[in-house]
Amino acid sequence: MWEQIRANQFRSAALIVVMAAVLGLIGYGVGTLFSGQDGAVLGLGVALTVWGVLMIVYGNGAESILLNHATARELQRDDSPRLFNIVDEMRLASGLEFMPRIFLIDASMPNAFAVGHTPQTSAIAVTTGLMYRLDRDELEGVIGHEIAHLKNRDTQFLMLAAVMLGSIVILSEIAKQMLWLGGRGRSRNESRNGDGNAQALFAVLGIVLAILGPLMAQLLYFACSRKREFLADACSAQYTRYPEGLASALEKISQSPVGLEFASQATAPMFIVSPLYVGREEPNSVFSSHPSTAERIRVLRAMESGSSLTDYEAAYHRAKGGALIGSQSLQKAAAQPIRPPSNEGPITTSREIRQTVCRANGYMTVKCDCGLEMNLPERFPDNDIRCIRCGKVLELPTVQQRDAQAQAAQKKTVEAATGAPPLLYTRRTQGWESVRCACGRTLQIGPGFVAPYFKCPSCGRVIEINNLQRSA
Amino acid sequence: MGTIGLVLLAVVVIAFLWVIGSYNGLVRLRNQLENAWAQIDVQLKRRHDLIPNLVETVKGYAAHERGTLEAVTQARNAAMNAKSVADRAQAENVLTGALKSLFAVAEAYPELKANQNFLALQEELTSTENKVAFSRQFYNDTVMTYNTRIEVFPTNVFASMFGFGRRDFFEVKDEAEREAPKVTF
Repeated sequence: MWEQIRANQFRSAALIVVMAAVLGLIGYGVGTLFSGQDGAVLGLGVALTVWGVLMIVYGNGAESILLNHATARELQRDDSPRLFNIVDEMRLASGLEFMPRIFLIDASMPNAFAVGHTPQTSAIAVTTGLMYRLDRDELEGVIGHEIAHLKNRDTQFLMLAAVMLGSIVILSEIAKQMLWLGGRGRSRNESRNGDGNAQALFAVLGIVLAILGPLMAQLLYFACSRKREFLADACSAQYTRYPEGLASALEKISQSPVGLEFASQATAPMFIVSPLYVGREEPNSVFSSHPSTAERIRVLRAMESGSSLTDYEAAYHRAKGGALIGSQSLQKAAAQPIRPPSNEGPITTSREIRQTVCRANGYMTVKCDCGLEMNLPERFPDNDIRCIRCGKVLELPTVQQRDAQAQAAQKKTVEAATGAPPLLYTRRTQGWESVRCACGRTLQIGPGFVAPYFKCPSCGRVIEINNLQRSA
Repeated sequence: MGTIGLVLLAVVVIAFLWVIGSYNGLVRLRNQLENAWAQIDVQLKRRHDLIPNLVETVKGYAAHERGTLEAVTQARNAAMNAKSVADRAQAENVLTGALKSLFAVAEAYPELKANQNFLALQEELTSTENKVAFSRQFYNDTVMTYNTRIEVFPTNVFASMFGFGRRDFFEVKDEAEREAPKVTF
């Protein structure tokens, strides 16, 4: 949807201009009320400062704040190759120019969101509930939806809108406080140049905007986010060529009995289904951040003849009424048949995903001969532990100091690099293994790791790995 | 210059700017097209690179399935050496068929199916097949957009002048490949 991207970029710019004007007016108007001309300029300054600070936050790591708030942990390809493959496939189907980072949130409610205003900061986060409840077609639909948000630059636009909304809210709070406390008897310096009428006008405008501004901005924000959810659904159906996948995913997600504790009104629009209204139907009002899930499912299931944008538009018209996609985009949409379902089950079990979460949070896994698996936190103080089921004492796998005589050439280069005697670890299995470095940090080595050495992220010591000969 | 002259000038300037905008749009679309084509190549090459490892892994457990293994290796070499687009499409189809029969054969060896390496390779190869399909899909979508763009009225006037020709779709000639693979017992 090339036009959609261009349109979004244009709208982002327009949004900045309009909201900056509204901000400026609030500042100027309320300032005028207090101290005439000087106050107006001061008010304008305050408004621009508030906006400037929020824009700096937006530019420098708003995504990290959001991801940290959601307790999301970054995943590497080794942690879940199937998830990375699905994201890769959707990236190719959409023509997205970059690969977003992938995060995992430990929550039982299946949900996902996408953030990012530049390729480097873009990220997709999924919950563990999503990973083990949905099968491959459904997960592909959800990921396709998130990739569509990234491709259409919705994430950029909505984050800017959120920043604007935030600044207007803050500024109007300041203005209201001053109005409440300051009173109106202080307008001594007005009408120095006979500009009394203009100043009064600005003052009134300022007050009106201070009261109504947050409301208007909220309506605008939620209207934008609702429309974009439908558009992302349409794009996802087009990429996967299988709208039923996303439809049944939405069904499963909306049937979840729990929500997400950390989500709030402000962050709700980012998710694929609102995490706030759980167990009861979301009121489909102008304040809802998402369109009703039942409606979205209806539209997707009404697409019988094909999976292109034109088919989505027709289904939208039949199931809901009205138009969604601009005629220019529709002109270019080809006829695309729906593919058969792939019948692959969930890509991971709940046990596996628990392991992935533990690894991502720095826990080490210890397996006992009786079959029990224990997860120990980082920097566990002892070097051995009793199995809680059978009582056997297990030694924790640590790296050994290397024998000084062995392999002198390699030792020289390694010592030259770090100035410390090298460490060695011998792999015992072909799968995931946990290792303790000499500094106490636990590390996980995946089955795909084939390099001869790596550096401990905490202390920087180089650790050599003695790889097993791979069988056959 | 009178008013009419100014109006005419404005019209000319606007038309000129519009032509520039359209031209840039077409260039962007054409580059996207070439990139999509290159992506297909990348995925096919990745498939070629994964196959030797797969053959070695299977050999360790199913040594007497030599016929299937040799078929896969030969198909891979043929695909890597094919030159023209039609030849390559044909060779890749043959390779896909050979891989399918290899995976079907591997179903009979439970030790092989439990091997981590084999499972990882199987996932990678399946995913690479999907990626080839999706890159092809995206390429065809882009071809459609591009062809429509150069053929609608205002743009077609200067499109051929600047060398924007119609592009072909990447079609799947082999009917067997269009079906979803079914494993029957």
